[in-house]
Formats: sequence, C-alpha cells, structure tokens
Amino acid sequence: MNAVQLEGGFANLSHDAAHAFRAALQAMARPGQIETLDMARPPAPCSVAAGALILTLCDTTTPIYLAPSHDDAGLRAWIAFHTGAPVVAPEAAMFALGTWGALCPVDRFAIGTSAYPDRAATLIVEMDALEAKGAVLRGPGIKDRAALSLPEIAAFQDNRRRFPLGFDCYFTCGDRLAGLPRSTHVEG
Amino acid sequence: MNAYNFAYLDEQTKRMIRRAILKGVAVPGYQVPFASREMPMPYGWGTGGVQVTAACLTPEDTLKVIDQGADDTTNAVSIRKFFEKTAGVAVTEKTGEATIIQTRHRIPEQTLTEDQILVYQVPIPEPLRFLEPSEVETRKMHALEDYGLMHVKLYEDIARHGEIATAYAYPVKVEGRYVMDPSPIPKFDNPKLESAALQLFGAGREQRIYAVPPYTKVVSLDFDDYPFDPSKPAHPCALCGAEDSYLDEVITDDAGSRMFVCSDTDYCAGRREGRDA
Repeated sequence: MNAVQLEGGFANLSHDAAHAFRAALQAMARPGQIETLDMARPPAPCSVAAGALILTLCDTTTPIYLAPSHDDAGLRAWIAFHTGAPVVAPEAAMFALGTWGALCPVDRFAIGTSAYPDRAATLIVEMDALEAKGAVLRGPGIKDRAALSLPEIAAFQDNRRRFPLGFDCYFTCGDRLAGLPRSTHVEG
Repeated sequence: MNAYNFAYLDEQTKRMIRRAILKGVAVPGYQVPFASREMPMPYGWGTGGVQVTAACLTPEDTLKVIDQGADDTTNAVSIRKFFEKTAGVAVTEKTGEATIIQTRHRIPEQTLTEDQILVYQVPIPEPLRFLEPSEVETRKMHALEDYGLMHVKLYEDIARHGEIATAYAYPVKVEGRYVMDPSPIPKFDNPKLESAALQLFGAGREQRIYAVPPYTKVVSLDFDDYPFDPSKPAHPCALCGAEDSYLDEVITDDAGSRMFVCSDTDYCAGRREGRDA
C-alpha cells in the first residue's frame, strides 16, 4: 500500500462529512439541483464528488460494487482504507460506483422489497458532463419541473414504474453532484 | 474545542442515520427502520428528532427548537442548549433566521423556505398502530397499500360524532402512496405539510425515520361528503390579534376565565413587535 491510498480522506472528519451529507441530502431531496462536493481526494478514476459520497455514506456495513470502469486496485485500496466497505457483486451491493455503461444492466441491483423498500441500492454514476438540462424531471422535491442531463431515459422510467421499489441514483462529475430518487418521473 | 464529537453522535452512527434519511427522502412517507441510539434525554423528549438533527447539522447552521410552537419551554430550551454545547451551532428563536428547525407538535406559522429543514419529533410513527397493534400486519398493510381500516376509523368518527373527530396526528397520504402520521401536529397544520422546505421525521423509541421532500403532494384523508377541515377556535389571539394562527386556550383564574393566544410564540412576538412575518 502506498501513500496515495492513505491520503485524500476528509481533513476534518466530522465537519467535512456534515457538509458532504447536507449537499447529498439537498441533491436527493431536490432532483436536478446540482451541488458541489469538493472535500475528498480519491484516486483516479473516481471523481472528487463520488469520493466524498463514499466517505460520507459507506462503512464496514455497506457492501459496494465497483463497476469495471472503476474496479481499480488503487481505488479498491483507498475505499478499503478509508471506509472498510466490502467490495461485492452487483446483486449484493448497497452502493455501486461506475459509469452508466459499466453499471448496466441496472436490473442487477437491489430494488428493495414491498415490505422494506429501503433495502435498495444507491448507484453513484460517474458522468463526463453534468448539467441542469436535458431530461425533464417531475415529482417529489421539484416545484414544477427540473432538468438533468441523464445518461438515458428508459431505465429511469422503468425504475419509476416500480415505485415504491427501485434504486436511487447520484450523478457525479468532478466536484459536482446531482440526485435522482426512484420517486422522480422522467420524460425525454 | 469541546469534548464532544461534532453534534454529539459518533461518525458511524451519523452515517447510519444519514443513509436512513436518504432512503426516506427517496420513498416519501415510508418509515425507514434505523438503529436508534440512546440519547442523554428520555424517550418522549425528542430522541428521534435530536438524532435526525444531529445527522443533518453543519457548523454554519442556525438552529431553532420549538415545543408546541413555543421556543421557551423546557424541552425546547434543553435541546437548543444540547446542540449549542455539542455542536457549537448558532441558535435563534426567529423562524426566518433558522436553517434547521426541530419541532415537537407544530409547524411554524411563518411560511418556510427552500433553505430550511424542518425536523419533527415523532412519538408513534405508525398511523395504523392504534388500529392494528402488530408490526407484521401494519407492514403488510403498507406493502399492499391496504388502508381501508383507516377510512373505517374516520367513518366511525363521523358515525359517532357527526364529523371526523381526529384533531391531531391527522393521517395524510403522501404522493398518492403511503399513509403517514404527520406526528401529533394539530390538523390545522396539515395544509402546511406541502412546503418548500424539506421535512424529516424522527421517532427514537420506535426506531423509524421518514421524510416529505419539498413540494411533495400531501393529502389529508377525508370523504367527498365530509371534506377535510383544518379547524381552529373562532377567536383572534388575545395578545397580537392574529386571526390566522393556531391558538392555545389558557385558563386565567379559578372562575373559568380563559384567553386564546398564539401557540407559535415567535409569530406572536413578531406581530407585536411589528416584525414582518
């Protein structure tokens, strides 16, 4: 293990985690709203925002799946050192990290059960660009309508159709973050 | 620097609560189980709300705590002091200045904004609990969206009292899916559940967290011929004269004299000081 894996965590653990969570909470509560998360320094290919999400939400109790785009020895070691989260197969994951293409097919991820819809995966989708335009979003957290540059439409429409079951998504690009809960209606 | 970790709870606990909050936000109205911790205050004093607040606080937040609308009751003062001591955050009694408001049994009169989070203390999160004591059964009823029993209860209210007699903890349906207990707020406050602010609910003893995201559709259950009525006493506030606020009845002597005053102390004080509400 080299120094890169030991560095890049939160400088001030409780304060950085609090700020990161508030941004993540706002993002999930207001789909399409883009937040900034710049307090982590994960190794490539993980984005700064995705790294901060992992440090804020993952620990030894949260199995994580690293899609082929992010299944990198350095990143594995970084996650292991900072969070202790076990790396698992997609079916067993509470969190999943990767590009949309690498995460697909997304029907492998847990969507909860009708008795416990909270037992569903959270996908952290790394994007080349993230902007508040593109697909139209409606639903809880959105006053009238919002927009977000989603990687595709159909998968999120299918996901909404299963509500209250379904996975929830974060989209990350550099230090930018947006959320898309399963409750959001997506139109092309 | 003080001797506590920021906002009292350890980081692992906050992560667990934060994950539950996010799933609650993703499934509005669904009660997410969480591993509630013992807090240095008794159950019934807001241990659930305190844990949710602790998980959401940042050092820059300004916290307001109310109990039945009042900032100066024992419960509110204690929780405010708790977070002043363990998180070092600024506190306020003014609704407009707060970024996080923890509440027991009221929604502030002043309209909340997108920059605010309202955290409710919840005693019994399960709206069906008094109709069906088994958790196994109520979980199944939520899963099957089987809420007939709740409508029977409201119907029996009408049969017995001539109207829906439920005056607080009035059940609502969130985003057309889950029936939710809005905590024991007066039904007067139910229309305010559709808000620009994020609303989070914490039940410490019952180990549940749930949420109503901003602008989520929240409908108070009723019947076509007995529509929901957010009633209030037909009096103005005896102190500030407000006719649009929720009022507490205060007995003033042994002869039965009484007065009605705003339950929201900041709203009432603001009106008397001529502050813009």
